[in-house]
Amino acid sequence: MSDTTPTPHGAALLGAGTARRSLGTATPATRIIGLLTLATMTWVVVSAFFITSPDVVQGDSVRIMYAHVPAAWVAYLAFVTTAIASGISVVRRHRTLGFDRVAGASAEVGVLFMGLALVTGSLWGRLTWGTFWQWDPRLTTTLFLFITYVGYLAVRRIDASPERRAKRSAVLALLAVLEIPLVHFSVVLWRSLHQEASVLNPDGDVRLDGLMLFTLFSGVVAFTLGFVWLVIHRQRLQALVDLQGTVGLDSAIAARATEAVLR
Amino acid sequence: MRNVFAVARKDLVVEWRARLLLVRVLPFALLVLVLFAVALDSEALLERAAAGLVWLAAMFAALLVVQRCYDIETADGALDMLLTSVVEPSRVFFGKLLAVVGQLLVLVVVLVGGAVVLYGVRVDAAGLVLLVTTVVTAVIGLASVGTLYGAVVAQLTGRDSLLPLLAMPVLAPLLIGASRATEAAFGSRTIDLATGWAWTALLAVFAVVFTAAGAASFATLTEPDA
Repeated sequence: MSDTTPTPHGAALLGAGTARRSLGTATPATRIIGLLTLATMTWVVVSAFFITSPDVVQGDSVRIMYAHVPAAWVAYLAFVTTAIASGISVVRRHRTLGFDRVAGASAEVGVLFMGLALVTGSLWGRLTWGTFWQWDPRLTTTLFLFITYVGYLAVRRIDASPERRAKRSAVLALLAVLEIPLVHFSVVLWRSLHQEASVLNPDGDVRLDGLMLFTLFSGVVAFTLGFVWLVIHRQRLQALVDLQGTVGLDSAIAARATEAVLR
Repeated sequence: MRNVFAVARKDLVVEWRARLLLVRVLPFALLVLVLFAVALDSEALLERAAAGLVWLAAMFAALLVVQRCYDIETADGALDMLLTSVVEPSRVFFGKLLAVVGQLLVLVVVLVGGAVVLYGVRVDAAGLVLLVTTVVTAVIGLASVGTLYGAVVAQLTGRDSLLPLLAMPVLAPLLIGASRATEAAFGSRTIDLATGWAWTALLAVFAVVFTAAGAASFATLTEPDA
């Protein structure tokens, strides 16, 4: 993931000829995306904490929203990306593993951001509703989605050939697309059957002024840029790891063979 | 169709000779019912929660059945042999599904019996029709998810702990639907029979969706890696 130092494994794998070229995962495009992410993120942090005014009802806790909403947005974006990349990978019969790596990278980042969204959401819930968790359909569906993708990542980490990994995980990602509407629908039915008087007050609506909306929007842009940056780097890193797994063994054997001859 | 029955028959014969369902899975499922009773420690609470506990115990035990239905194929590359014997992969899926459905029906009937004996639930005639419908549709759904996700983790290292992690979130709608419908069938005061029947519709949709998904993806999941 480093921008300047070459990856030692990558250099060794591809032989001495390419050793001098940087084999990091950065390109000019990702550097630009990285800088843009940093710039927008800095603006969001400054604006969210110091420039925007606290909410009339919620006070300072409204500031959590500037991280929570973009994190949830990126999480859903990531899972849609995973599903689409997995679909393409299946249609192409996993001939190349590029789409599989994008699917995996995107799911990893998605789980991270969904974790962030759940944590920030429950902190906000504690401050506003007085409780960390509420079994409301959207929260429950999100929690199941989170667990589903944690399982997806567990399958990807299994020690199997990249092709097998690609096949199994692509099927899983596509099944998740079937699962989520069913989970959501059943949870909506479930909750509508025993509606209890709860601390959850749906009138907790925030009145957003122009600057607050702009900060929220900047947050979405900043997080999306960060997502793109992370996914590009992560999938390139995975490509190098896969390369190490296949080419690495051959070159190690070759190196040992030369040693034997020299001795 | 003949192939489907042949695969199912093979699985059931293997199962009958080993009698794993009888000596391990059923005792485990009943043990879970007993442990719930110990943990909750209130007869009123148990009667109220009986439906959900039955299905939770069924889910836990079902994972053992599914695990087993692929483990018998792992030795000597039996699954590859099966797939090379001119059998369409989706028929292997349906055959395995049928065998799992058969075993899970036995399991759930025993669990409902256990709830009647241990938790003191009562079922009247109208409730019985609903109960049978619920058990059949929910078992098909449970078996289809199990057979499908069993294939996803088949022959992977660490599959024993992966299967619950992958299958349980998917089974959430089934757990909700089957528990509510069974609650209605058990004559609970919180859910009436009509609502119970509405839940069986969800169970039927669930069963159809995952049976179709399993049939469609079984070939991809089991084809040998290039």
